[in-house]
Amino acid sequence: MSNFREDGPGYPVTEASRVDKVSPISRRLRSLRAITVMVIAIIMLIPVFVMAITAFKSRSVIVSHPPTIFFKPSLEGFVFLFTDRAVVSKARQPEFKAAAETGELGLVERIALESGQEVTGPSDYVNRLKNSLIIAGLSTIFSVVLGLFAAYAFSRFDVLGKDDLLFFILSTRMLPAVVVTIPLFLMFRQLGLNDTHLGMILLYTVFNLSLAVWLLKGFIDEIPVEYEEAALVDGYSRIQTFFKIVLPQTMTGIAATTVFCLIFAWNEYAFALMLTSDNARTAPPSIATMLGRGGIEWSAIAAGSLGFLIPVVIVTFALRNYLLRGVTFGAVRK
Amino acid sequence: MSDLELKNITKNFPDVTALNDVSFDVKDGEFFVLLGHTGAGKTTTLRVVAGLTNQDEGTVLFDGDSVNDLAPADRDVAFVFQQYSLYPTMSVYDNLAFPLRSPLRKLSEEEIRRQVDIVAEKLHIDHLLDRKTAYLSGGEMQRVSLGRAMVRQPRIFLMDEPLSNLDAKLREALRVELQHLQKTEGSTTLFVTHDQIEALTMADRIAVLNEGSIVQIGTPEDIYDRPNTIFVAQLVGTPRINLVETSREDCNIFIKNSTLYIPIPEGWEPPDSFVLGIRPEDVMPDREGEFAGELALTEPLGMETILHITSGEKTLLSVIPGTTDLKIGENVKFNIAQERLYCFNMDGDSLTC
Repeated sequence: MSNFREDGPGYPVTEASRVDKVSPISRRLRSLRAITVMVIAIIMLIPVFVMAITAFKSRSVIVSHPPTIFFKPSLEGFVFLFTDRAVVSKARQPEFKAAAETGELGLVERIALESGQEVTGPSDYVNRLKNSLIIAGLSTIFSVVLGLFAAYAFSRFDVLGKDDLLFFILSTRMLPAVVVTIPLFLMFRQLGLNDTHLGMILLYTVFNLSLAVWLLKGFIDEIPVEYEEAALVDGYSRIQTFFKIVLPQTMTGIAATTVFCLIFAWNEYAFALMLTSDNARTAPPSIATMLGRGGIEWSAIAAGSLGFLIPVVIVTFALRNYLLRGVTFGAVRK
Repeated sequence: MSDLELKNITKNFPDVTALNDVSFDVKDGEFFVLLGHTGAGKTTTLRVVAGLTNQDEGTVLFDGDSVNDLAPADRDVAFVFQQYSLYPTMSVYDNLAFPLRSPLRKLSEEEIRRQVDIVAEKLHIDHLLDRKTAYLSGGEMQRVSLGRAMVRQPRIFLMDEPLSNLDAKLREALRVELQHLQKTEGSTTLFVTHDQIEALTMADRIAVLNEGSIVQIGTPEDIYDRPNTIFVAQLVGTPRINLVETSREDCNIFIKNSTLYIPIPEGWEPPDSFVLGIRPEDVMPDREGEFAGELALTEPLGMETILHITSGEKTLLSVIPGTTDLKIGENVKFNIAQERLYCFNMDGDSLTC
């Protein structure tokens, strides 16, 4: 047998291990770059920060001029957001005050009472948020799963009229939403899909599918076919190969696509406003309608927007390890 | 192990004929090499045997039975790819176990572990089993890739230039090792390479492919000593065979544009003009040599030296063992081994003179 035993480094060399080989200028440039990125990030985050502190301000603090940064936090915004309230009449006020003092009222009721209101029940917003979760979640899952299979087929097989089909899929995204809303509204009315969860899920799936197919095709194109061929020869069928070999390598692409689809479906405003009224209305249009009801409740709007951010942030953070690679690789391909 | 037969395989791609009526057979336990330049159809042949590419015409037979309609998984062959193609999301152990975990085989995990351990030991990769494939060197990757093929007992091994991405030293070492493994396991192997040294050193038999057609099939000796065509003669041997246009002049062969007249060997009946091939090792410098030329260049390689000897406008290459004290520009005398001359007609086909 051979005397050669080829030993590699044993670990991947990802950066220059000799610090003295990195020139001082490039080291300084690197920290300059980091500082620039931080400054930009801070500027970008200012609106989010303002929104977050507004959500915890009481009505009197919000309107104060100049805006205060240090204040006594209040949950007023959240209470207003999640409850329906009625003004407590003068006659019944002492009764409520007494109840508050003896501790019969819960936290939510006490906060409502501070502005002279009693809680009559949960607000519509709770349902709207639930609708948003159902519609955005399911449509994202459908788009990514369907997109994955379509992308794999387009990437690996000689599909008849492949280029035309791909262009057709892309073209579904070419019209601005406003242009297609009225035809869609008429179609939905005919089919009885107006103001239904199914209708909105279908619509968002169709809208996201083109993005999903194109993004995922880019990722799958980058995986060498040899892996699959090796698995085929090793005794696996095409579908087993897809799940065992292709799927694990596409995780970055799936993560990136999931986040993009979720953000679109979660944030979508125009279609939701036009095609839903009560049953399937999602959160974005309902936050906006708060502007109209008896004075602008800024803290409730800010609280709604803040809560609205959280699911997307959670998903993005959960997938961040895949995303770091995902958004830079594969996304831009022929 | 099985024997393999290809019958009249033809494969057309949209703009090129990849394989044109290719037929050959590989016997059980034989090391069979497909040799040819890039694009000659070697890899396509392997893929047809594996079932990864479907031929347009012809039949692939394993042990006499057609496998044309079998999916790659059902053909039970092992493929070693040029790029190794180790599954990047798995550890070395999982890579080796992957073929055994196929739903077609239904082995227990203990049995799988036992077989993986045997192969890992055989290939000296037992210390690597827990590593991710990204943390392997080229040589280690190639061993794992061979191991993945050997871990089950496939009917036929298919190897697509498995050594070409390795550096020269390692390639030599693995070449010897691979040959040893093949002989001890007695596995039927179809090996593709463009490297004539690999072909000559490892093969039991070689098939030379050119532009999708088989030019010659034979043992390494056949290919080297009795090339069918100029193409085959040029493909094997380093340095390349000397090919010179000649004409017959009385009882001499005259090398055109030179001053060399070679007496016609006994029993030869050469035509009026033909192409003469002389292997470099058959041009032997000798103080009392029959022929004379000028030394234009020397290439000392250590164990041998290549001499460029010019005569007129022609240059003949000569290989001598060791080094030489001949100086560039000097006149050299040399002999030509007349019993080892090759002649070809102007179309490049071998002639019996």
